[in-house]
Amino acid sequence: MGVLTLVLLGAVGFIFFSRQPALPAVQPPSTAGFDRALIAKGAELALIGNCNVCHTKQDGAPYAGGRPLKTPFGTIYATNITPDADTGIGSWSETAFLRAMHEGVRRDGAHLYPAFPYDHFTKASVDDLRALYAFLMTREPVRAETPNNALAFPWSQRALIAGWKLLYFKAGELKPDPTLSAELNRGAYLVEGLAHCGACHTPRNRLGAETNARYLGGGEIDGWHAPALNAASPAPVPWTSEQLFGYLRNGFVPPHGVAAGPMQPVANNLGAVSEQDVKAIAAYIGAMLGPATASRRQAAGASTAHATPRPASPDAGAPDSADGAVIYAGACALCHEPTGQAFSAHGIPLTSSKVVAMADARNLTHVILEGIDPPKASPAALMPGFGAALTDRQIAVLMGYLRSTFSDQPAWSGLEDTVRGARQSAREP
Amino acid sequence: MLTLNVNGRPHPVEAEAATPLLYVLRDEIGLNGAKFGCGLGQCGACTVLLDDRPVLSCITPIAVTQGRQITTLEGLGSIDNPGPVQRAFIAEQAAQCGFCIAGMIMRAEGLLRRNSQPSEKEIRTHMSANLCRCGTHMRILAAVRRAAQAERSARVDAPPSQDARR
Repeated sequence: MGVLTLVLLGAVGFIFFSRQPALPAVQPPSTAGFDRALIAKGAELALIGNCNVCHTKQDGAPYAGGRPLKTPFGTIYATNITPDADTGIGSWSETAFLRAMHEGVRRDGAHLYPAFPYDHFTKASVDDLRALYAFLMTREPVRAETPNNALAFPWSQRALIAGWKLLYFKAGELKPDPTLSAELNRGAYLVEGLAHCGACHTPRNRLGAETNARYLGGGEIDGWHAPALNAASPAPVPWTSEQLFGYLRNGFVPPHGVAAGPMQPVANNLGAVSEQDVKAIAAYIGAMLGPATASRRQAAGASTAHATPRPASPDAGAPDSADGAVIYAGACALCHEPTGQAFSAHGIPLTSSKVVAMADARNLTHVILEGIDPPKASPAALMPGFGAALTDRQIAVLMGYLRSTFSDQPAWSGLEDTVRGARQSAREP
Repeated sequence: MLTLNVNGRPHPVEAEAATPLLYVLRDEIGLNGAKFGCGLGQCGACTVLLDDRPVLSCITPIAVTQGRQITTLEGLGSIDNPGPVQRAFIAEQAAQCGFCIAGMIMRAEGLLRRNSQPSEKEIRTHMSANLCRCGTHMRILAAVRRAAQAERSARVDAPPSQDARR
């Protein structure tokens, strides 16, 4: 049904909307022509929007694009948004930039893939987008061709996006809600708009659009599960707004632990913007999570009741077996056991770990494979990656042990496959 | 009793399965190349290779090394006959106190076994897991570059390169 609808709408869309008018190329604007305060405002907004995260490839020049984003439709490459005239957006007028952010249309009139979350950026105000334009146009121009997207037919046809937009996209800035406080309105404006939290934290339908009915109900990005930020949150210890602020601002908050994986660069960026804005984001997400109800606190209490892990004799079974308890004792206990030497350096007791308690095993797999860099805000111990030290099977065995020892959740299945799959999108430790 | 395969030879050891490899290498087998720098997986002084990949031996229980190849500094060469990466480090005089160097050499060896022509960025990203307190980083990088270069030419023992002096 979905594909047929899309093709039909694509046909309709093709006739009327498949190509918007091209906007004329301009000379790259002189950097001296931009107001310094506007550039500074744009810099903060770019951090909130995490533009650098998608638009910079590993070891690449900032904003020069080239980073692949795997989607169910194929791989899309983030574009070069430095002000290079040939390979970047140097020839884009402010009008062209505003149109791209508000309507998802390229300067030449082609539709942009919604992997670029203009369904969120459309909510940003014209003033803010002008500041972003000023910021981007004053970056170092880098000559870097963006690789062609690797999308199979028919997804490679941009005209189909016109149909997608008819179904799923509504352009328009977010207006303040008079029933909300100023802080919550600011939080809503940032979260729904530039910060685009829902782009990762919302499940998507088969055509890749966010499922509004389950908004912030959990999604995925780069092989990691992005947990629900609404009432469906699976966190063993419920989040408060204060804790969210600490997590987003500093990349670490007891008792929840360290921002890992795709949240690391987000926390690094939010560590550098105004505290007020991070508080607003935290307040809004806190409101979405809802209060820690009695039943949630009870569930959390049950899973943290094992203050010490269930006893397991390390040398049970054959002495040369690398069973989960042995691996934990030799590789993990040092930092994760309250009696371990390095426990004070941000090693959390795994009973509080949200990734151990999660239904989706991928996040813990990534954490074990890649480790976690220390948060930028505080020099601290890092978690080393164990991708080289442990084989797929050993990681699977370890994860089974962690799950049964540190949570009351049902066992994961197919762990070896999960590990194998995760290695493909894993960073080198 | 577990048997570890170290530098191509089997070593039966008495240590318990959860014992980190570092202590077994040094205390039981007598291979002191790998160093105890922190014992917490933070500094890299204990780096050895497991199946050609650099690992932190202070947080690797010997149980997981069963049936796998462990390579230590001693496996890369000897004082009389150092291996190519060791010769590069000697040629660049990359050691000051020397404590980090064994780990650095193993880390570099791990890189070059998988990528014999690393870019400068790749070298730096890869080596960043190992810490050096004396500040010989530039010479260490020059040594890794020289070892990579030596894959193409045979001039590992030429005088120290100019860029290490900057």
